Amino acid sequence: MSNTEDHGGSRRDFLYYATGAAGVVATGAAVWPLVNQMNPSADVKALASIFVDISGVETGTQLTVKWRGKPVFIRHRDQKDIDLARSVKLTELVDPLAENDNLAHDAPATDENRALDKEGKWLVMMGVCTHLGCVPLGNAGDFGGWFCPCHGSHYDSAGRIRKGPAPRNLEVPIAKFEDEKTIKLG
Amino acid sequence: MSGIPHDHYKPKTGFEKWLHSRLPIVGLLYDTLMIPTPKNLNWMWIWGIVLTFCLALQIVTGVVLAMHYTPNTHLAFASVEHIRRDVNGGYMLAYLHANGASLFFLAVYLHIFRGLYYGSYKSPREVTWIIGMLIYLLMMGTAFMGYVLPWGQMSFWGATVITGLFGAIPGIGPSIQTWLLGGPAVENATLNRFFSLHYLLPFVIAGLVAVHIWAFHTTGNNNPTGVEVRRGSKEEAAKDTVPFWPYYVIKDLFALAVILAIFFAIVGFMPNFLGEPDNYIEANPLMTPAHIVPEWYFLPFYAILRAFTSDVWVVQIAHFVSFGIIDAKFFGVIAMFGAILVMALAPWLDTSSVRSGKYRPSFKWWFWILVVDFVVLMWAGSQGPDALNGWMPAISLLASAYWFFYFLILLPLLGVVERPAKLPATIEEDFDAHYPAVDHSEPAE
Repeated sequence: MSNTEDHGGSRRDFLYYATGAAGVVATGAAVWPLVNQMNPSADVKALASIFVDISGVETGTQLTVKWRGKPVFIRHRDQKDIDLARSVKLTELVDPLAENDNLAHDAPATDENRALDKEGKWLVMMGVCTHLGCVPLGNAGDFGGWFCPCHGSHYDSAGRIRKGPAPRNLEVPIAKFEDEKTIKLG
Repeated sequence: MSGIPHDHYKPKTGFEKWLHSRLPIVGLLYDTLMIPTPKNLNWMWIWGIVLTFCLALQIVTGVVLAMHYTPNTHLAFASVEHIRRDVNGGYMLAYLHANGASLFFLAVYLHIFRGLYYGSYKSPREVTWIIGMLIYLLMMGTAFMGYVLPWGQMSFWGATVITGLFGAIPGIGPSIQTWLLGGPAVENATLNRFFSLHYLLPFVIAGLVAVHIWAFHTTGNNNPTGVEVRRGSKEEAAKDTVPFWPYYVIKDLFALAVILAIFFAIVGFMPNFLGEPDNYIEANPLMTPAHIVPEWYFLPFYAILRAFTSDVWVVQIAHFVSFGIIDAKFFGVIAMFGAILVMALAPWLDTSSVRSGKYRPSFKWWFWILVVDFVVLMWAGSQGPDALNGWMPAISLLASAYWFFYFLILLPLLGVVERPAKLPATIEEDFDAHYPAVDHSEPAE
């Protein structure tokens, strides 16, 4: 037997701590699967990339497709939309970042950094309001772009937040031209 | 169980004695039912029974509805229609359940405001109050998840907006949101888990209700005077109280009967009065309804959520002080949960030694302004985005500010500056002032 009056570190103290620690680890190991089962399952994660045929999207119209359970706006902008978006100064913007997943995180929110092509004809972005996730309505709002009916956020023709409670520009997802008629999302 | 002295259960027959020495369950029920209750309770003390009834109603109708419901995004909407059209008496069950939620929240708000006016949250009833607040939070979670199940447009977009609140938490928010939803958006995984939790949480609530009752049976009920029951002896206590059975049981059942008459009239004749027509359109992830609005019982907190926009100076200060971590969206979320938190902290914020608002001349006014404030917030929360250009934002902001002002500034301050009116010495004295003793020496007739 060890000396029980030695409170500094008897074998019994050691056993208490070791048992307690083992119990905590075992509880954590038992709880983790119960927590983790709520994360996205394999089939949900598998729907990561889709191909979209854009040959039928006329100038000045918009195609909305569902990708990862959310709407993606594919807008074929006319010259008026492009000019309007490119005339905006960066200092007028609520969110100065491009929010474009294809670019660096700190890329500025110029229209060139938002559009998919150089000329700015194609604008691809998530149709999810950055406030609380509603779908903004096209051709609406005070800035010639989108308007979210839930809490009144206004986006301009480059999908940048201009007025209302939303904190960020509409997110531009990972996207690229697969060929002239096809855009790959994800 | 009770701190108030009274007669306890004594087993008489042989069987009762046999059982009592093995499991004193009859004694527990007897003492719970015969608890000495202040004899001056007014009609605002009926809501506890109404709430207990609502919980039972929701569990019973919910269990049978679950026998016909399918928690799958392709089938959920159709299965709810199937309940309404094909299941025997299904329309009644579905509408009892949907409107039962409204009665539940109406009763809980009256119950909470009763507690706020008569100081029922004050020492020694803080634990009762805190458990009550937990029940209220669980009720909100349960009602929200239940509303998602019919998989209509409001179900879907309500779920999107509310889970989006968690996404507003800086840093870990998006991961929490994905974890809650089981994917990048509200989908089948979300519907399935909401069904599971919507079935589970009412039983957790039932457990907390038992603890809630246990807590106030330990301290004794509050009453309109806020004066404690005398506990010196059984005789003294008996002058201030009557046993719960039969006195209050009969009174409460009468009140419940009146309320249920109105409730069934609504369920029978206007079952969709409190509902949203948009929820009869199946959920469409690509189309947001023009006007997303929560159920009426969430409107005040919804108004607080969206009252704090980025042009409000408090939000700008918070944004600056936190180095940009707290933006307007997160601030709104903090304000919404904060509104409930400050209410939960009322026992420690209220410095007045007088419980009942009846004897607090200035508190009374501020309290009624709070009630009006709650209704104004409810109205503000119901307004669509068109109203955002009018007076609505200013009104919601002012009304939200008053909510916090009441709990954080008025309650601590009033206790110091206010001179309370004279309290009755005992409950008996208050009771006799209302109902002067009648001479019973002459027999009636």
